Amino acid sequence: MNALVNFTGLLKKTGIFKFNGGVHPPENKAQSTQLPIGQLALPEKIVLPLRQHVGNIPKIKVAVGEQVLKGQLIAEAEGAVSAAIHATTSGTVSAIEDAIIPHPSGLPDRCITIKPDGKDEWIEKKPQDWKSTDRKSVVASLRLSGIVGLGGATFPTHIKLRSDGKSGVHTLIINAAECEPYITCDDLLMRERADEIVKGIEIAQYLLGAERVLIGIEDNKREAAASMRAATANTTMQVIVVPTLYPSGDARRLVHLVLGTEIPHDKRTTEMGLQVFNVATVLALYRYFEHGEPSINRIVSMTGNVNKPQNFEVLFGTPLQHLVAAAGGAKAETTHYIMGGPMMGFDLPSENVPITKAANCVIAASPTLFEPPPPAMPCIRCARCADACPVNLQPQELYWFAKADNFEKANDYKLFDCIECGACSYVCPSNIPLVQYYRYAKSEIIAIDKAHEAANLARERNDFRLARIEREKLERAQKHAERAAAQKEEAAKKASENLNNDALEPNIHAGSGNVVLDAATAKKAAIAAAIERAKAAKAAAAQTGDAPKNVVVSDENVKKEIAEIDARRQSVGLEKLPVDAGIDKEKQAKIAAAIERAKAAKAAAEAAKQIEKNS
Amino acid sequence: MIGLALLLGAALGYAALKFKVEGDPLIARIDAILPQTQCGQCGFPGCKPYATAIAEGRADINQCPPGGDAGVRALADLMGMEYKPLNAENGVEKPKAVAFIDEPVCIGCTLCIQACPVDAILGAAKHMHTIITSECTGCELCVAPCPVDCITMVPIAETPDNWKWRYPVIPIKPTFTL
Repeated sequence: MNALVNFTGLLKKTGIFKFNGGVHPPENKAQSTQLPIGQLALPEKIVLPLRQHVGNIPKIKVAVGEQVLKGQLIAEAEGAVSAAIHATTSGTVSAIEDAIIPHPSGLPDRCITIKPDGKDEWIEKKPQDWKSTDRKSVVASLRLSGIVGLGGATFPTHIKLRSDGKSGVHTLIINAAECEPYITCDDLLMRERADEIVKGIEIAQYLLGAERVLIGIEDNKREAAASMRAATANTTMQVIVVPTLYPSGDARRLVHLVLGTEIPHDKRTTEMGLQVFNVATVLALYRYFEHGEPSINRIVSMTGNVNKPQNFEVLFGTPLQHLVAAAGGAKAETTHYIMGGPMMGFDLPSENVPITKAANCVIAASPTLFEPPPPAMPCIRCARCADACPVNLQPQELYWFAKADNFEKANDYKLFDCIECGACSYVCPSNIPLVQYYRYAKSEIIAIDKAHEAANLARERNDFRLARIEREKLERAQKHAERAAAQKEEAAKKASENLNNDALEPNIHAGSGNVVLDAATAKKAAIAAAIERAKAAKAAAAQTGDAPKNVVVSDENVKKEIAEIDARRQSVGLEKLPVDAGIDKEKQAKIAAAIERAKAAKAAAEAAKQIEKNS
Repeated sequence: MIGLALLLGAALGYAALKFKVEGDPLIARIDAILPQTQCGQCGFPGCKPYATAIAEGRADINQCPPGGDAGVRALADLMGMEYKPLNAENGVEKPKAVAFIDEPVCIGCTLCIQACPVDAILGAAKHMHTIITSECTGCELCVAPCPVDCITMVPIAETPDNWKWRYPVIPIKPTFTL
């Protein structure tokens, strides 16, 4: 057992762990390594697409007409997975509009256009002392740096460096394999700026808390490897030269190559205590922390059918034509441009697109350089694709499922583990564009999943709405019932009071509760008191022989009348007129008038009858 | 033997109570296939009522235009029925669209809000209304009630976000001539 452990330990120290499959396409790297990294003159305009990275579109922070300085933040990261965008030169924001972006769709998207003023004036640079600052705030400040993975994946770097104490990354792997044909930007970067790269690696190592650093370089880049070895001589970093085999530059393949660790398909490298960074990305980290420069440029290999293939340090947003012109212009019979390598890249929709953070290489394509693919023949089930697949998938099965729109089955065969490296298409004797089928199936599955999510949301919202309507209906019904009950109670109360007043018999209501009884007794007492008062007043009035003081009769005629009536009453032996005599008088007059009216009506009716009889 | 029978019977009886399925699982499965547009083009007041009708055999499987041909096929597969083309009486399959309110014209009558089956319209009485695009199912139910005709259906445009890789089209050239 011990021997076995020792043996694996020995292997770990020295070995290269080959992964399954892989291909050897013609390298075509020599063309663009003849010249050093070139500098470009300022272009006439800078077009910065907002979509330059994986994740959310950043939020625009400038307006049209605004003056911006080189390195100024013009769009800030929005949400967790997003990256900032900076002005890559000083000038005026001339437009914020949709323009063609380097994307396989060829569709326009939102871009910020800057008209350079030619001064190339920097905003105040703020280098950071990352070693003595709190690690968390250092990583947080990275959000403003705009740095994304420059190997081509463009995943925001601040997320990969998030040191929340849970990462547990023990090994940092620097990806310098650069396996895809034609691309030489990392090669030249290592040849010329190895010291800066090593300083960048130190920052990444410190921020991750990694104990070990491995730098993986393919053996076709001897100069770069030598340069890196020299730069890392006084450090614990290890330069590991791996055999040239496409796609060794894929993060998981490189991890396998240098460590022998196979990362389970559903796990991330961080979960295995590993983190992989591209050399250009760590260099960007160095520029950001030591010089205070955000991510505004990158090295781009301009190669293929151009007069002087070369690597250039290109500001993001530089139009492709500008780069092509710097490389001596495109040769005759150039048909289009490919962004990325010939294996994984895509055709650019126009020569007018800007260079973005993802653009590691642009190849001018011509029919001689890239022969049009011969017509695809039927699959002969030779399974050469399965032998070539570095992810150990069954490409021929995936092809059949994708071709037949059998997405469920394609998913079962782990379509989403496919890295679209193109090794299967490369070896296919029937020239079937396998990767195109996988890309088609993947985007269809993503669209179906999105539609499903939207349907679930709609179902939830509809259910909620129906439940709400039902609830409101119930509430309304309840309210009605309550109101009806309250009205009924009120009516019952009133009825009982009336009954009480009429009967003046508390005994009747004895059963209906003490409240009613008490109320009735109180009322009765009040009435009795009022009667008492009235009697007393009457008696007092009789004693004094005066009319009650509260009756004021101002009319002389009425006074006279009262006196007359009193005289008449006395003559027949009656008392004086009561208090409310005036009212009675009116009433009597009214009654008299009514009687008169009734008599008249009766007479009229009789007269009418008489007339009827006569006729 | 009888003892075993009783034991198994008791176990089955217990399992029937313990693992009792609430609701009709078939309705839920049909409902999962339906696009949840809640448009009522099928003749039922929503996707769930239509799913219930299919499960009870009161409705055919080809009455859902937003689900399209793929939806009919999935339903045929689930129900073990023959595929049949979409019933033209219920409407035709259209590219996905979302409602759009011409806001200066809107008078704030709330009629569209009451019509929306998924509460995707925001607004109040005598105030301008607007569509929450991300939640609009494109059912078109809000279009008819609008007294000022300020609602239109706008097809969803293709952006780099929702763009899809096309099915590979391979040019077939004759390699030999007769």
